[in-house]
Amino acid sequence: MKSEKKAVVVIGAGPAGLAAAVALKKLGVEDLVVLEREDAPGGILRQCIHDGFGLTRFGESLSGPEYAGRFVDEAAKLGVDFRTGASVIGLDAGRRVTVATREGLVTYEAEAVILAMGCRERTRGALAIPGSRPSGVYTAGVAQAYMNLHNRMVGRRAVILGSGDIGMIMARRLTLEGAAVEGVYEILPHASGLPRNVAQCLDDFGIPLRLSHTVVDLRGSSRLESVTVARVDENLIPIPGTGREIPCDTLILSVGLIPENELSLQAGVALHPRTRGPLVDEFFRTSVEGIFAAGNVLQVHDLVDFVSLEAENLARAVARHLAGSLPAGGGIEVRAGEGVGYVLPARVGGKEDFTLSLRARRPDRDVALRISHGERIIKTIKFRRVLPAEMLRVQVRAADLAPSAAGSESRRPEPLEVSLTC
Amino acid sequence: MTSENMDFDVAIIGAGVVGCAIAREMRRRDLRVAVLERELDVGRGNSSRNSGVLHGGFTYKPGSLRARICIEGNHGFDAVAEELGVPFRRTGKVVVGFSEDDMRSLERFKAVGEANGARGLAIVDGARLRELDPSARGEFALHSPDSGILDPMAYTLALAKNAALNGAEFFFDREVFGAVRRGELWELFARTGAGARDAEIFRTRWVVNASGLGAAKISAMLGIPGYTIRGFKGEYFVLDKKAGAALRMPVYPAPDQKGGFATHATPTVDGNVLIGPDSYIVEDFSDFSTTSARMAGLVRDGLKMFDEVKPEHYIRNFAGIRAKRVDPATGEVLDFVCEAPEHAPGVINLVGIESPGLTGALPLARRACALLAGREDTRPNASFDPRLRGSDRIAGTRFAAADDAGRSAMIARDPDHGEIVCRCENVTKAEVLAAIRGPLGARTVDGVKTRTRATMGRCQGGYCQTRIADILARELGLEPSEVLLGKKGSNLFVGSVRP
Repeated sequence: MKSEKKAVVVIGAGPAGLAAAVALKKLGVEDLVVLEREDAPGGILRQCIHDGFGLTRFGESLSGPEYAGRFVDEAAKLGVDFRTGASVIGLDAGRRVTVATREGLVTYEAEAVILAMGCRERTRGALAIPGSRPSGVYTAGVAQAYMNLHNRMVGRRAVILGSGDIGMIMARRLTLEGAAVEGVYEILPHASGLPRNVAQCLDDFGIPLRLSHTVVDLRGSSRLESVTVARVDENLIPIPGTGREIPCDTLILSVGLIPENELSLQAGVALHPRTRGPLVDEFFRTSVEGIFAAGNVLQVHDLVDFVSLEAENLARAVARHLAGSLPAGGGIEVRAGEGVGYVLPARVGGKEDFTLSLRARRPDRDVALRISHGERIIKTIKFRRVLPAEMLRVQVRAADLAPSAAGSESRRPEPLEVSLTC
Repeated sequence: MTSENMDFDVAIIGAGVVGCAIAREMRRRDLRVAVLERELDVGRGNSSRNSGVLHGGFTYKPGSLRARICIEGNHGFDAVAEELGVPFRRTGKVVVGFSEDDMRSLERFKAVGEANGARGLAIVDGARLRELDPSARGEFALHSPDSGILDPMAYTLALAKNAALNGAEFFFDREVFGAVRRGELWELFARTGAGARDAEIFRTRWVVNASGLGAAKISAMLGIPGYTIRGFKGEYFVLDKKAGAALRMPVYPAPDQKGGFATHATPTVDGNVLIGPDSYIVEDFSDFSTTSARMAGLVRDGLKMFDEVKPEHYIRNFAGIRAKRVDPATGEVLDFVCEAPEHAPGVINLVGIESPGLTGALPLARRACALLAGREDTRPNASFDPRLRGSDRIAGTRFAAADDAGRSAMIARDPDHGEIVCRCENVTKAEVLAAIRGPLGARTVDGVKTRTRATMGRCQGGYCQTRIADILARELGLEPSEVLLGKKGSNLFVGSVRP
């Protein structure tokens, strides 16, 4: 079996891996390889033929392939080494990366490994949706791949379960291709995806969004014939007697994304209980020395622009790691307080400025984001509106942290806590 | 349209594990054998809808056919698993108890098992129980060291492939709806194709009824009326391999007053865990849907046996329907039937075959063959080969199970092994192609699934289903609208997005 030494191995050539590779090259890291299981780089962007990508980063609205293309072109100019058709099947704590290719198994021994595997979709089985198991039940991303990459029409009359962004985008896509979309049914009392997608994908096409509803039964032994939807109570339990059967041949599930961390677990990387991505510090270091993570493998983003940004920040940290100039790991725990679903990083050293990413637990108006360190509130930002669908990013200055935190080694530093309250 | 060009010595109705085992065993003799199956593949009924347990034989009435075929099947399983390359592990099994009532039940099982010929049964204390399986609850247990686990789909397929390679002919999409005795022959009418009026006639000297849930109906059609089958449905959860790391062997609770086992936890040979089944009587033998009420019950009862029944481990649910022969007056469950009555010439009739039908499939098949041999002289089939070879064997041939050196060698031999199609289960393109091109090749996505495990992992085909659909379409020359999930009519697509 072939074995190669590399300074950096990037696993995945989606938006995070692409941005990390380009940034590393610009930072002078030459000895790097990007491993991609598909036969072309771009990741999930390749099937996202709708526009709206890049508004933050490029100030213009691009399609997914166009957005990816900008990075692919830059990577090509910089001479980034991509290995496509290369599935990573092994990763250990010693940063040995084992890849299956048509040419054989290759093992890379890396100084740094960048986890950029993205995420996968939650399935019908994971939600334990009862009923028969006919064809015509797709996760939104699979339906999107079939329609946009494989030219296969998945159905004629669809119900969408879950108001995740891809589900709403597929509602519009199916409508544009002549299918009837009966409605989008969301178990929560608010939409899961971005408001712009509710407006542009549902409202503009007259597709109803039914909140506090879920699918309680599927019928059809061969192809799907109908689903039954029902209203749920405040505990998300279906209310008896509210069921309504909707004839349809297609059920699209857009019920959540899960960071794809099977390789991370192989290497012993510790995961965050809420995000199910790696526990990282402000330098994107996981619990395993020399293994870093950014993008959707770390936390599911709503905008790809921030995936790129996060991966570029990671690249700077990796370059410093290779140069031996990254500070030792931090001991300040970062906690999600009231109104906050999760916050990353989960711990910081606090010797340098850093960015927190977080999500609101529920939609709210006129709230204040407060970051407290011990007794002191070190930052307050007011928001007219917050939504769980929209990731919040907040800069924190190291100088603002309480002095004990950065200095004292003797006692355990006090945690940072982030809250969103009225 | 009716075609009638098929003449056989033996036509077996039903390609479940029993039908496939009979086809294989019949081919040891020089007989022309057909298997007629209404689904598009083997093992689509209860043969693939069970716990995958090689039973120890300590719950069945001594002297019953059920008990005899179970013990025989259990003791002989190493041999057939080796011949066919079927993954199987003699894990042992524990039935755990908490109360004095439970202890009496377990002691009764031990006595019954010993009367049946089960080996090594022992009542063990809590300390020994925890040694056997640290995840098991209970104060004490009955330990059955001969019990084990196997992949029921792999076993059914292996028997079928071996039968096919030895010359048995399989006909899928053939639902037998009528039978007429003409002289010394049976004429079986089978529905096929898109139209309900399309039929084929199979002429055969012998008919074997191995039709599981349909056995009473077919039996009556063949001139043996009077059997009553009651469907006992059971639902299951499939849990992630992460949960499977915590379970070494099937852990059953002591039986309830009625003698039935409540929900239990069973590891699979591939490392997942099954939670279930429960049990309730159903009228519709074709409805394998799961229900929210039953699934909630599985979680509640499953948690009593196994800590890892958690939503983060849920992968899938399924249901099976056990075809129990009952006394219609009392509802009492009756023994398996394997008969060739004088008044129904040319018929070998198997009725009421359910658990432990997987364990006992081969002994049942031998009895079916013996019934035929008792009526006529047959010549042995000199070219019969009981072994599967190469990639038709599953044990020891899968990419996922190989170490790095083994994987390297596989890719060197066939570069298609270097393309990982199913990421969760590490199934390669070469394996998918072999599943389609091999004997009794897959014709549907589910066919690829049961042969390779692709789509059976935690992402449930999120990564690989598009690839498998492409490979199937290319290999079989299918239009998009012809790619099927599993059943007839289960098309994945309604056509192309654009011409």
